[in-house]
Amino acid sequence: MQRKSDFFLSFVIIGLLLVGLMFMDSAVSRHLDREVVRERREIVRVLSLTDLSLFTEARYTRHPSMADLHTPFQDHPLSLDHFPSGAIMALPPHLNPLTRQ
Amino acid sequence: MSAIEKQRHILDFTLSSLGRRKSKNIALVTVYTFVLFLLASVLFLTDSLKKEAALILQDAPEMTVQRLVAGRQDPIPKHYIDSIKGIRGVQSVAPRLWGYYYDAFSGANYTLMVNAELNDPTGRVIIGAGVARRSAAGQDILPLGKNDVIPFKTYDGSVLTLKVAGLLPAASELVTTDLILVSEADFKKIFAIADDYATDLVLKIRNAKELATIAAKITQLHPDSRPILREEILRTYNAVFDWRGGVILMVLTGVFFAFIILAWDKATGLSAEEKREIGILKAIGWETSDILLMKFWEGAVVSLTAFFIGIFLAYLHIFLGYANLFEPVLKGWSVLYPNFRLTPYIDAYQIATLFFLTVIPYTVVTIIPSWRSATIDPDSVMRM
Repeated sequence: MQRKSDFFLSFVIIGLLLVGLMFMDSAVSRHLDREVVRERREIVRVLSLTDLSLFTEARYTRHPSMADLHTPFQDHPLSLDHFPSGAIMALPPHLNPLTRQ
Repeated sequence: MSAIEKQRHILDFTLSSLGRRKSKNIALVTVYTFVLFLLASVLFLTDSLKKEAALILQDAPEMTVQRLVAGRQDPIPKHYIDSIKGIRGVQSVAPRLWGYYYDAFSGANYTLMVNAELNDPTGRVIIGAGVARRSAAGQDILPLGKNDVIPFKTYDGSVLTLKVAGLLPAASELVTTDLILVSEADFKKIFAIADDYATDLVLKIRNAKELATIAAKITQLHPDSRPILREEILRTYNAVFDWRGGVILMVLTGVFFAFIILAWDKATGLSAEEKREIGILKAIGWETSDILLMKFWEGAVVSLTAFFIGIFLAYLHIFLGYANLFEPVLKGWSVLYPNFRLTPYIDAYQIATLFFLTVIPYTVVTIIPSWRSATIDPDSVMRM
């Protein structure tokens, strides 16, 4: 009769194999996506783009690297950031007085 | 009996003991797996976005020069180009004309950018995939394609209709989803920007080592200007997607501590059945160290099961499921959102971080309180 620990050890081995598979898939995908990355880089170069179009709701979330220091107060001086994506992205380092060089 | 055989016997016993409280342990593993799934999903998503941004923005302009007026970005006079060109080390200076356009019809914000290739003839646009999709949203028509038209409301209230000359490649959606390329004449018809102004200037520099010096010279020459280096753009995306900061970590920490409290409560508040079990084991000769070993295996079985299932599901969710569950969070109030498949970037550091943030604390948190129950008097427990 098979012992219960055999089942658990088999599960751990399968788990480790899955982690290995994830690493393999990551390496293969990176190799296959080289062309896509090259195409994206080319578009960025040709069009002189500066930012990802991930958060299109406000100008300072669409182009965080181009934003100025006062953008969260864009409506009036006491108007704090009210866009949801402003809450999940951190402040660009060059606008942060603590990390600015 | 060899040490390995002893561990296996204890593991056998632990698994049978876990099986006797099946529903309780299944519930625990489910919650634990969900916590791990969330944590791993955030880690995989933010790290991949960070690496993707670092790769594709390598070719962003080396330096962008803006003009600030009263703390805001303002159009920059084109005569700045001549003086900046005169700085030693500057290879070229080109004006960029771009801005935001709110489309009342679809409720989306577009980024309009001038592209010289559309200057002759004018009246044409090249659009990003998100723009094509959005213009058709809510209507029973196909997405925009070549030769379709898009109406734009100009600064004086009149309508300018531009023809779609082509679509930007879908592969580039991560950087171009809301982009509309227009001719300079059409851009000026929409926004009424004076001929001798540009939105900002982009510079090519001969030697990257001189970037900081050239930036300092530009601010000296034009104190109202603000140079932004490519390195700052790259650092922006490194910081923006830093999962160890911001609200994401706060939310996840809350979830994780709630889970630790649950685990602690489970481990300290032993049921009468569990206490009886420990009592019987001690009465038949198990030592305190064996009981602790059993509790260690109990923690390890629960956390390893959740760990493997959690990270595997997170990998499928982020890299094969297009991070669907996070889409409403990432989308926020935006109308346009890129459809993109992230290239999976995972490394040993991420897996180790997840392991040390979850499996180790859980195993420790269940083993420490068990010390109390392991030193219990078997006689008093069995009389209960």
